[in-house]
Amino acid sequence: MIEKVIFYVFAGILLAAALLVITARNPVHSALSLVLVFFTSAALWLMAEAEFLGIALILVYVGAVMVLFLFVVMMLDINIAVMREGFSRYLPLGALVAVIMVLQMLLVIGAAGVDLSGFAEATNPALSETNNIRMLGNVLYTVYVYPFELAAMVLLLAIIAAIMLTLRRRGGTRHQDINKQVRTTKAERLRMVRMASEQKNEQ
Amino acid sequence: MQAVKSFFDTFLLTELLKGMKLTGKHLFEAKYTLEYPEEKAPQSPRFRGLHALRRYPNGEERCIACKLCEAVCPALAITIESEQRDDGTRRTTRYDIDLFKCIYCGFCEESCPVDSIVETRIHEYHFEQRGEQIIRKPELLAMGEKYEAQLAEDRMADAPYR
Amino acid sequence: MSELIELAWIVAKIVALVVPLFVAVAYMTYAERKVISAMQLRRGPNRVGWHGLLQPIADALKLLMKEVVLPSNANRFLFVLAPMLAIMPALAAWAVLPLGEGIVIADINAGLLYVLAMTSMGVYGIILAGWASNSKYALLGAMRAGAQVVSYEIAMGFALVGVLMAAGSLNMSEIVHAQAGPIWNWFWLPLLPLFVVYWISGVAETNRLPFDVAEGESEIVAGFHVEYSGMAFAIFFLAEYANMILISGLAAVMFLGGWYSPFHGLPVLGPMFDWVPGIIWFCLKICLFLFLYIWFRATFPRYRYDQIMRLGWKVLIPVTVVWLIVVSGMVLTEFGPWF
Repeated sequence: MIEKVIFYVFAGILLAAALLVITARNPVHSALSLVLVFFTSAALWLMAEAEFLGIALILVYVGAVMVLFLFVVMMLDINIAVMREGFSRYLPLGALVAVIMVLQMLLVIGAAGVDLSGFAEATNPALSETNNIRMLGNVLYTVYVYPFELAAMVLLLAIIAAIMLTLRRRGGTRHQDINKQVRTTKAERLRMVRMASEQKNEQ
Repeated sequence: MQAVKSFFDTFLLTELLKGMKLTGKHLFEAKYTLEYPEEKAPQSPRFRGLHALRRYPNGEERCIACKLCEAVCPALAITIESEQRDDGTRRTTRYDIDLFKCIYCGFCEESCPVDSIVETRIHEYHFEQRGEQIIRKPELLAMGEKYEAQLAEDRMADAPYR
Repeated sequence: MSELIELAWIVAKIVALVVPLFVAVAYMTYAERKVISAMQLRRGPNRVGWHGLLQPIADALKLLMKEVVLPSNANRFLFVLAPMLAIMPALAAWAVLPLGEGIVIADINAGLLYVLAMTSMGVYGIILAGWASNSKYALLGAMRAGAQVVSYEIAMGFALVGVLMAAGSLNMSEIVHAQAGPIWNWFWLPLLPLFVVYWISGVAETNRLPFDVAEGESEIVAGFHVEYSGMAFAIFFLAEYANMILISGLAAVMFLGGWYSPFHGLPVLGPMFDWVPGIIWFCLKICLFLFLYIWFRATFPRYRYDQIMRLGWKVLIPVTVVWLIVVSGMVLTEFGPWF
């Protein structure tokens, strides 16, 4: 009973936030609504006892990706009026894409999947007894080890490519080499000088 | 050899630990705090606090309205108006010090040929109303009368060095 | 009906955790002022109450009665929302922290992941506070804090990966169980480099000295919370200290054997200290880390911003990666009493 109430509350928040993402005038509000969408969908996954997926969603999307998104959006000086100009022009195209996506999803899930009545009990009781992180790990590193490693390689490649594209070495810049600064010794920086007057005093 | 030593120094955080040892030692040392309203730091006889105008032992006010203090005051805090008194001497009719402007440099005291304007040791005072920060001649004279003993003693102590 | 009772029981547990936590935060500020002043050869607050013990209450009252100023060009909604977003994750992460044998609000399997997810949410409060204030200092502070928190999270996450490899579980209670035994059985010894890295990045995560460039008074006034006053500021303050206690609690659970006594399982000393409840040991361990926080603050000068980034990315992350390989070797060979 309570589970169902919670589910509908979360689902309602999710839909409202998703709507806000595309209707909010302020891009920062849109980004934050997207954060809320991720958060509520993570909560829904938790209810379906997919705790690893739910928490990973928060960790990766909310904790890292959206923070960078927010950084970028906050730094942009967006003229909201200009942004909203093309709204009516692109509306038919956007609606078409949306309709096609809904149809595709319906085809994938099938008519039975849309029925939400069994949502909370949908998970296999035998599964919830065991640790689903352990199970995911087992499957990921045995059955799907090649696709997994391939995905890791692709991500690594993307990182290296991004760094290579943005890394520009420019000659003649004056910047500090901190390693060198840390490693410096007294002998390199200090020179003892004997002054003429000093020698006279000693005699 | 130097490189190896500095490598280990960096990774074993020796310098940080040295710093923490120092502050850790201070944690248990005797404290220097003065419990202010109950305990007070000793004051020098040359302390420059609130101002006062002094009188001669016979009760005559010392100030002769030469306006040297007004002229020397770097903050323009002193305002003096003067008049000839019935006995033919020149005396002030107005002697105002704006304590918001005053920087307590002590030049007025230095410049005074008759040791009239002086700075007392009082440094704990406050104002409750706007305008109270300008202290006038009667208040200054009253201050001088109240603290004359202390003022005379401090001037005596400092006299050999002037 | 039974569900409602269960719900009420959970709420009661949360209150029983959060109220002492707030008191701890209040007295943490007192302890900080006292210890720092002692290290600087001063006496610290000693006017309000016996040895100044009522000082935190006086401070809280003062902050409660102050006006919350809304800057005229600020984004009102986000400006008010930001402090709440800052304190929420700091409190939510406590749900999975075992305070003693079986004393935990939610004993979930993915406990460690949950903690990481919650701490990663904390950056929103900071970023939004800086942006919504519409002030250049606040924005600069928020950018610094955001970048710092995001980068140190990686080093911290890697350090915790070492712990979960050693314990073979993500469940916090099981991580503690894996460390059962006297002081040299705890994970701090085999994972010493990870422990140090975790602690350094924990200090950086909470934007505490020597990594407090986010609020660097001499450069950007007070960073992301310049424009906040009264209770809104107090909530940021509360969040910072709650985060410090959380990081200390995590360190105690991950590396110092949670609720186990340092003499657990020893022939003579073990039974001698058996009567001390586990929660006391846990609190003592937290106090140890909090004292370290204060000690750091009294000792070290502030890092420069680029040095912080260099330390995080070029020193801490490589160190953790290398030690993760060593840990996997130790796990495979079942090295020592730990694995």
